[in-house]
Order: sequence, then structure tokens, then C-alpha cells
Amino acid sequence: MSHSRSAALQANDAVPVFTALADATRLRLLGRLSVDGPLSIARLSEGTGVTRQAITRHLDALGRVGLVRDARRGRERVFSLDAKRLDMARQYLDRVAAQWDAAAARLKAFVEGED
Amino acid sequence: MSTDRIEKRVVLRAPRSRVWRAISDAKEFGTWFRISLDGPFAAGKTVRGSHGSFKVDIQVERIEPERYFSYRWHPYPKDPAVDYSAEPMTLVEFTLEEAEGGTALTIVESGFDRVPLARRAEAFRMNTEGWGGQIKNLERYVS
Repeated sequence: MSHSRSAALQANDAVPVFTALADATRLRLLGRLSVDGPLSIARLSEGTGVTRQAITRHLDALGRVGLVRDARRGRERVFSLDAKRLDMARQYLDRVAAQWDAAAARLKAFVEGED
Repeated sequence: MSTDRIEKRVVLRAPRSRVWRAISDAKEFGTWFRISLDGPFAAGKTVRGSHGSFKVDIQVERIEPERYFSYRWHPYPKDPAVDYSAEPMTLVEFTLEEAEGGTALTIVESGFDRVPLARRAEAFRMNTEGWGGQIKNLERYVS
């Protein structure tokens, strides 16, 4: 299922996603969220030299293409990576699984090839 | 769907003793896994494997002859330039059972949810298409 969703992303949906990513501040925000997320706007603004208002606009732009989502925590908005996070994790497992498929096929040939 | 584990099951047309040797004998393991190991497998022992510049430490956990073999290691990607020693390892388990016409082997690798996402994202370095390219960009900013 993650395959078809990814395939769809690579086609029609890719343009707005790439457009939303074509900004150094946004890439840094995603980087921070992927390592330390979920984070509040205040935390995400720290040390960036960019105003909270600007950070909020960047996060909203990322939210519109489904890269991040936000939730309220008290009076704060807290952002996290969206489904892509899970997609990434699943695609990673697919890759590791493919390595094991290949290894298992070699093992099969190895133990069956001696008769 | 779990993002924590992978499970593979395959029926090998060979006796259990033969499959067991291919898995538990480090030399034989290295042949089909395509890695050269610097010593025999023994419970509690760490064996170093290499394939060119690619290196990996295999920490053997448990050996139950002809039935079960497990070890811990750092999962893919195994970048020779990166020190993974502080990161969580995954558990790899091989379980053998009698099956019609041979031996059923189940391979389970688990513990991926503890592996940092940034590390998992590195697996896409080789992939220059679609998401791979984006994640590659992202990595530059994460690291």
C-alpha cells in the first residue's frame, strides 16, 4: 500500500511537494522534526534567526502538502512529521526485507545445490 | 503494519542438519551471506564480518542446535564511515522447523523502531528517484 501511495507522490503530487521543499528554512525544519519532533513553534524558531511568524508560515506551507501536521497543546501549536514519516519507515523496512529475500535465496541455492 | 520487524519464511529442500550448518557455521554463513567472518559463532561472542570496506559486528545471542540461532547487529545501512556503536541494534533470529520435503526457515529481524529515523532515511542514499532525492536533501540538513 505504501508503494502505491509513493508512486502517486512521485507522479502528480510531486510538484507541489518539491516546491514546498525548495527552501533552506523548511528543509531545516523538517530535519529537526525528523530527529527531535514533535516540537512547538517556539522551539522550532530557536536559533534560526527567523521570526516565529515566518516559521509559522513555513510550517503551514509544509502542512498544506502533507509533510507536517500540527496539534494543539494548551495554547501552543505542536508540529510533527506527517504520514511520510511512517512511509519512510515502511519503505526502509521494504528495503531491508529485500536484502533478506536476496540472502534467503542465496541460502536456498547454497543448501539445495549440493545434492 | 508493523514498522518494527521483518519476517521471512522459506522452505529449503534440504535436511535440517544441513540448513543448520549453513546458518551456524560462520564459514558457511559467510559464503551465502557474502561476508567474511573472523571467527566461529559462539553464544555471547562478537564476530566481525567484512565485505570490502563494509564492516559489521555480529553479537551472537543464543544457539540452540538445529532449532534456533540469534544475534544482534546494526541494521542497514552500514556505512563504513559512520560509528554506530552507540546506536540500538536489531535482533536477527533464525528458526528451523521440519517441513514437508525439507526444512522451514523463519528469519525475523526486529527492533527497527528504536533505530533513529535519520539513520533509516539514509537507506535512501542510493535511491535518486522520487522520495529518495528529497530525503537525500533532507539528510544534508539533518547531519
